[in-house]
Amino acid sequence: MTIVLRGARPYGEEPRDIVVADGVIVDLATPGTAEGEVVDADGLIAVPGFVDLHTHLREPGREDAETVLTGSQAAALGGYTCVHAMANTSPVADTAGVVEQVWRLGQEAGLVDVRPVGAVTVGLAGERMAELGAMADSAAGVRVFSDDGKCVHDAVLMRRALEYVKAFDGVVAQHAQEPRLTENAQMNEGELSGRLGLAGWPAVAEEAIIARDVLLAQHVGSRLHVCHLSTAGSVEVVRWAKSRGVDVTAEVTPHHLVLTEELVASYDPLYKVNPPLRTAEDVEALREALADGTIDIVATDHAPHPHEDKDCEWAAAAMGMLGLETALGVLMETMVLPGRLTWRQLADRMSSAPAQIGRVRTQGHELVPGAVANITVIDPEATSVVDPMRLASKSRNSPYAGRTLPGRVVHTLYAGTPTVLDGALA
Amino acid sequence: MDSHARVVLDDADIGRAIRRIAHEIVEKARGTDDLVLLGIPTRGVALAERIAVALESIEGATVPVGSLDITLYRDDLRLRPARPLEETSIPAEGIDGRVVVLVDDVLYSGRTVRAALDALNDLGRPAAVRLAVLVDRGHRELPIRPDYVGKNLPTSVDEMVRVEVTEVDGVDRVAIWEGE
Amino acid sequence: MQHLLSAGDLSLEEAVLILDTAAELAAVTDRSVKKLPTLRGRTVVNLFFEDSTRTRISFELAAKRLSADVINFAAKGSSVSKGESLKDTALTLEAMGADAVVIRHGASGAPHRLATSGWIGAPVINAGDGTHEHPTQALLDAYTLRRHLRGGAGDLAGVRVAIVGDILHSRVARSNVLLLQTLGADVTLVAPPTLMPFGVESWPCRISYDIDEVLPDVDAVMMLRVQAERMQAAYFPSALEYSRRYGLDVARMAALPSDAIVLHPGPMNRGMEISADVADSPRSVMVEQVANGVSVRMAVLYLLLGGMKEESA
Repeated sequence: MTIVLRGARPYGEEPRDIVVADGVIVDLATPGTAEGEVVDADGLIAVPGFVDLHTHLREPGREDAETVLTGSQAAALGGYTCVHAMANTSPVADTAGVVEQVWRLGQEAGLVDVRPVGAVTVGLAGERMAELGAMADSAAGVRVFSDDGKCVHDAVLMRRALEYVKAFDGVVAQHAQEPRLTENAQMNEGELSGRLGLAGWPAVAEEAIIARDVLLAQHVGSRLHVCHLSTAGSVEVVRWAKSRGVDVTAEVTPHHLVLTEELVASYDPLYKVNPPLRTAEDVEALREALADGTIDIVATDHAPHPHEDKDCEWAAAAMGMLGLETALGVLMETMVLPGRLTWRQLADRMSSAPAQIGRVRTQGHELVPGAVANITVIDPEATSVVDPMRLASKSRNSPYAGRTLPGRVVHTLYAGTPTVLDGALA
Repeated sequence: MDSHARVVLDDADIGRAIRRIAHEIVEKARGTDDLVLLGIPTRGVALAERIAVALESIEGATVPVGSLDITLYRDDLRLRPARPLEETSIPAEGIDGRVVVLVDDVLYSGRTVRAALDALNDLGRPAAVRLAVLVDRGHRELPIRPDYVGKNLPTSVDEMVRVEVTEVDGVDRVAIWEGE
Repeated sequence: MQHLLSAGDLSLEEAVLILDTAAELAAVTDRSVKKLPTLRGRTVVNLFFEDSTRTRISFELAAKRLSADVINFAAKGSSVSKGESLKDTALTLEAMGADAVVIRHGASGAPHRLATSGWIGAPVINAGDGTHEHPTQALLDAYTLRRHLRGGAGDLAGVRVAIVGDILHSRVARSNVLLLQTLGADVTLVAPPTLMPFGVESWPCRISYDIDEVLPDVDAVMMLRVQAERMQAAYFPSALEYSRRYGLDVARMAALPSDAIVLHPGPMNRGMEISADVADSPRSVMVEQVANGVSVRMAVLYLLLGGMKEESA
């Protein structure tokens, strides 16, 4: 079967008929000329399908919050064709058995490429290295390892993990959070945390770990990925490390590009997240770093939580926010529309760079004949009001409820097959 | 003052009414021993103090004067936002066994006096309680009657009666407004 | 005023109104019948997720003096992550017809959540939340200061107050800084740097690490409870060192101006932040603070519940 994305504009450039057959882009034809099953994309923007390096799908263990299927649906609707499922499930994804189970559930759902992330340490306990090689060699072919939610804080253990994954071209994705400096921490440490009486989460707790890890990575000659940068200081450390030639990559979440700590004054746990929302100065530094490439990628840290885990007092609430279905809107609002990222750069930050970090060879290709047809088609003129009740995710904890976001994912093709057509699951 | 207000008592009238009330109190109480005057804020307190001055000029004795705020005893608290409290000050002599004369500016439904009687009940046990008002405008909603009246003023329920006293308003005057 | 969540929510007029109302209500304590009919038929729930006998009793007495029915709901242990949730407790109280909820909770912001999440329609009074605020304590402190230093009327313009101790963990200090600032007082916080909140430099007050430099120039000093357990978390090396550097003893009290008073929100750690001699001296007004607490809480209950119900915004 041949599918024609009629009149789509790759990277916002000249319109083409994108012709897809057998899962591959076969031609970029003059608009209106190609034949096949026509999908109207007149004037819409086409980019390679998004790749999320940081997604919590919650299965196994918290199927009340999200499943691989509902998370895949949310991802497809958000324009994603690949997600990396974080390891902090129950049981923890620290064995070949668990990562294969998640991988298989992803295959069964068939909406996106579900790539399990393996835990660095057994049970995320930060004490013993998990069987990283077994996970790498499994059917899931794990390349990204992370104790996300917990920091690999033991310097020796971190060093060994960085070294060990070189054997199979893996990468350790560090959740940078010095544990002693953040005991019981509730929000960004600053004047506001003092006023609200919430225990502070100092920026230095993040920056100190990043500083240590880039030096370790340099010392052992490994690559390092840093999860969800949230402070201006972290940006500076990463920028410095890159200037010294350290093989480090970094990500930022959509919410850290737009939301600030002032929201915490409502004590509404929808805004409770790890790392915490920071200041406007931090937000600006993160945007700048994403624009200049210091931060390599956008990763959602999509973190579904059931209603009861957010409908309570702040200290008792779970940390995390939904992100898959609103990431594009936030990126358009903060980066594309203000002219800080071109569509090509957006495609780099949200597709090719994360695919490269995760060593996902079938994702993040440029839209050229011969490439695997993972394609996201966007209407840049549309806007929509975020209604958590209408999200595909099983959870409702979006911090953007009621907010109008620009852009809309119209179609998503995953390996040549439409998963989303006209904004709905195909 | 609004053009459709009608002055019914001027300062001279008010002065005469106070002196007459004082005389009646002395007459009925056979002197001023054991008397306590309690004004109901705001204007009742000013009137009570003037009555005390008049009593002193008649009898040569000082009569204790205090104020009794009845806000916390009102039966209509929930009909309006919470009101600020006025001062309650009971003379050092107390009220137990004494003749308390409550003084208010206008007697209307009687509900204020009812509240004042409840308040007195919590403060002690007077030998007797009397009621002095500058104006009685009728329309009682409770079985209450005044002992001393400055002026009986027949009114319709649509009218408003306003008492002004120099201590509070800068002028002594009683006026009637037509209702809307 | 629909709720009392933060001392910072009060305007100068509202704060003075509460203090003036408390002054009138204080007289009830001296009467033979210590009761007013004002809140007859109203139900006040004391919802305490933390033990605090003195605060609970104070609110209970205040409500009872106004003839409200009082229900004490001790929910200790069900606060965070176990047992009944705050939400379910709130829904239960709503169903039972609570007219006001007085809440003490270990989590900062819990009263705010209760008031704004739509779980309950009744006015919420913060009786202490986590390390956030304790507005009625600040009101009773202000009342006490005003009685001693301003003849019991008006605001506290120009009154110099030092607050000494564990500012970091103190909800009393936060509420006092906000309220005293509103009332025009001049506040100095005194603590070791480890017990100062992050960002305290931007608070509307002065800060000092040296109690001896501050005491000669204040009209009142408020000593805060310092828990010896803080020592384990390395906030200071030992109780002895804390007491030596920041405790109020007789020698330091002598450095105060002759008419200055000493306050303490209680419970005191005698020998830690305050010596027994100082606690029992005539300049200490702790016992009076307790009595004033009842009057101030009566005032708050009257002003929140004594009129018609305000429409929720």
